Amino acid sequence: MESDVLVVDDSAAIRKILQRVLRQTGMSIRTILEAGDGLEALNVLKAQKVDLILSDINMPKMDGLQLLASLKASPQLRHIPVIMITTEGGATKVGEAVRLGASGYVRKPFTADEIKEKLAGILEPVRPL
Amino acid sequence: MNLQPQIMDSIRRSAISVFSTMLGVELGPGEASIEHSTPDAIDGVASFIGVAGAWAGTGSVFCSPDLACRVCNRMLMTDNSEVNEEVLDAVAELTNMIVGSVKNDLEAHVGVLGLSIPTVVFGRNFRTKSAGTTDWVVVRFPWEGETLLVKMCMAAHTGHVEGPDL
Repeated sequence: MESDVLVVDDSAAIRKILQRVLRQTGMSIRTILEAGDGLEALNVLKAQKVDLILSDINMPKMDGLQLLASLKASPQLRHIPVIMITTEGGATKVGEAVRLGASGYVRKPFTADEIKEKLAGILEPVRPL
Repeated sequence: MNLQPQIMDSIRRSAISVFSTMLGVELGPGEASIEHSTPDAIDGVASFIGVAGAWAGTGSVFCSPDLACRVCNRMLMTDNSEVNEEVLDAVAELTNMIVGSVKNDLEAHVGVLGLSIPTVVFGRNFRTKSAGTTDWVVVRFPWEGETLLVKMCMAAHTGHVEGPDL
């Protein structure tokens, strides 16, 4: 089954890198959607179902932890796995993300292999023809 | 508590790691120094991030327009030859990752710190000035004939109870 992924980061550079990395993971991905902050992400999710969200923590307007809390409070959205991708390495924010229900986190700077490892078990690999 | 040795080591480690992981570039250890905040006028790109907590300060990255384009092109697989929004965004993210890593290292010594959203400036013949009198830890990384400069200054808030010298 092909999956749809939402990338949430205020940095267009990171969104572009994640677009490239996600296409290289060998996972069966149909669409990669983008949002620049948590509020924008919630608006995207009103119109489009996704199978996975990759989200930064430090963002303007609505940060990644607020987005995660909103998702987990919503019966329609709480099932979507969320992986946090962040420069934050401290126990406080990462611990808060785990407590709120994040499926995992990747610390920036990241490698393609680290992203691929986190996707395993959430997305399906491309099936050979 | 003097954090300058920790900041110096952390800037080196962080910049080398970010360049290696995100740009595929192996940086050398760079040349480190302690400098006062009276810089010469510069041409190019300057990126800043504020750090706040029991200690507060600023982390910044400076480079030429050409080097900023090279950072962007390596990071995003683009072909920019002049500074545009994409290049500024790439330099901002580079700064975010380097200063963010330093912040994570410093938290072991001074407790939880927060980061601001990066600000990037591009121009000619401009100076930057940080309020306060704290010296800057400066590390110059040579790369392909140019220099990437990473600077950071941190000071304890007034009234903060200092621990022993590290």
